[in-house]
Amino acid sequence: MSAVIETAGLVKRYGRTTAVDGIDLVVERGEVFGLLGPNGSGKTTTILLLLGLTEPTAGTVRVLGLDPLRQPLAVKRRVGYLPDEVGFYERLTARENLSYSARLAGLASSDARRRIDEVLARVRLTEVADRRVSTFSHGMRQRLGIADLLLKRAELAILDEPTAGLDPQSTQELLELIQALARDGITIVLSSHLLGMVQTICSRVALFSRGRIGLCGRVDQLTADVLGGRYVIEAEAEGADLASLLGDLPDAATVLERPGRWRVEAKGDLRPEIARRVIGAGGTLQSIGLRQASLDEVYARYFETEAGHAKAA
Amino acid sequence: MRRRREGSPFTGLAAVALKEAADHMTSARIHLVMLLVLLTALGAVYATIGEIKQTFSEDQFLFLRVFTMAQDPLPSFVGFLGFLLPLVAIALGFDAINGEYNRRTLSRVLSQPIYRDALLTGKYLGGLIVIAICLVTLWLLVTGLGILLLGLPPSAEEIVRGLAFLLASFVYAGVWLAVALLFSIVFRAPATAALAALTVWLLFAIFWSMLAPLIAGAIVTVDPLNPTTAVAHAEWQTAISRISPNMLYGEMTLALLSPETRTLGLVFASQLHQALLGAPLPVSESLSLIWPQLAGMVAALVVLFTIAYVTFQRQEIRA
Repeated sequence: MSAVIETAGLVKRYGRTTAVDGIDLVVERGEVFGLLGPNGSGKTTTILLLLGLTEPTAGTVRVLGLDPLRQPLAVKRRVGYLPDEVGFYERLTARENLSYSARLAGLASSDARRRIDEVLARVRLTEVADRRVSTFSHGMRQRLGIADLLLKRAELAILDEPTAGLDPQSTQELLELIQALARDGITIVLSSHLLGMVQTICSRVALFSRGRIGLCGRVDQLTADVLGGRYVIEAEAEGADLASLLGDLPDAATVLERPGRWRVEAKGDLRPEIARRVIGAGGTLQSIGLRQASLDEVYARYFETEAGHAKAA
Repeated sequence: MRRRREGSPFTGLAAVALKEAADHMTSARIHLVMLLVLLTALGAVYATIGEIKQTFSEDQFLFLRVFTMAQDPLPSFVGFLGFLLPLVAIALGFDAINGEYNRRTLSRVLSQPIYRDALLTGKYLGGLIVIAICLVTLWLLVTGLGILLLGLPPSAEEIVRGLAFLLASFVYAGVWLAVALLFSIVFRAPATAALAALTVWLLFAIFWSMLAPLIAGAIVTVDPLNPTTAVAHAEWQTAISRISPNMLYGEMTLALLSPETRTLGLVFASQLHQALLGAPLPVSESLSLIWPQLAGMVAALVVLFTIAYVTFQRQEIRA
């Protein structure tokens, strides 16, 4: 059993609105899995269903081989959750907040004390451990949230919009922390609408749209799919006109983006060929690179077609 | 059976209850309310004791008068308690659940290995712990003050009656705590919940005694030529006024702390035939006198808590 999360035909309706509409998801042990999609596309509801914090209208969920509806305590003992905009008791210190969590998790107090010091060091909050949480910045709170889920030695960490509203530096710190957790063998599921961030740390992603998973797979696969398996090469050169130089190449379309800069779309990696031709023609090649499609493009492309279908329907 | 859940609903209950109690004990809001209760109660008792010293000479239950006697312009100690205990309970409970929503701690706490039951019950128990501590302290203070200033120890019967009064006060505060807890679940804004709870409190503390005769009058028209209509009217009025926990508490304290009370409600002259008016009842009789009131209050508490419980269980975690 290497699947940590398995859902089949998961549906959740609130009254007449359908928040989650038939989700089949499999997350393997050790993955960093991203749930991506615009706000209101069913990411948070899916997470609540995984934790057994809300009941599905239809479908099944297995988390770590357990049913979160029937064995919620066993699931919650092994799964850590960082909610969207995590909150703490403002009048208590960081250490007191963690010790409350430890007591709720049923840890013995001597064990808890040791673990609290450990996790505070892990998220680099040791120095402010005895300050009230009301004095904490947003980034510190998020890190404390991570400490909270590390406390019970979770095997699976579910993070809902962990970097929303963080400044770039805090975002970077948090991402490094998440990657470190992944290296320790914790399976991570995170939701986000910031695709660039997800691209750097996720091994697989699922794109959510109106309660369904539109696309699911590895990031490089998805980006390749969106570009239709074509290579996009960007080159800057002086003293040579790429458009005429490359005119005889089959399946290559060369476009002048601005003076001295071209974009070449081709079936293969033409970089060596382009370099040879520019230099052969007596020009100077200033830069040449293969452009990686970003998840943002995948996303935009995907939802474009979605909208197109919707319009056609 | 298929949907049976595993694990005890009491996991984490003690942790929640103790944390809530500790939070209340250190919160400025509770300190203020407690200070108000303490000062008014002690003021009332002090004034009463001065009065007792001057006027009463012979009374079997002199000590109980410390609790019940009113000294103009101050009401009696029990009068104050009946008025202010709901306020304490409301202060303890009005933001119990909606506060967790607004601080965004609810989903994090519920993702710990506990059931929702433990959170709600723990919060209620935490409030009850604080109320119990507060009441016992107050009771001991007043008793101590009585001993000190009257130079007279309470008799065993007076202590038993005092303890029964303590229990009645505890249940009464428990009812109001359940009201506050319910409003904290129903209303998402703590201010709305507090206002709603205070409205109910004012209704029962002040207006209910005015409304009861009006409602009874609407149900039964009193015909001056037919005395049974007057009796029916009075009975309706008592029944309606007993919906108010304040009324029930008032009756309980009356029966417990004034042993000469022989009945709560309507009495006919025929029923007083051969009665020794003014003779005190034994404790057991007084207790059986308040039994319906106490049972009614416990029932109200259980019903309110159950409504709160069901509402909370059905509520979605996300706002």
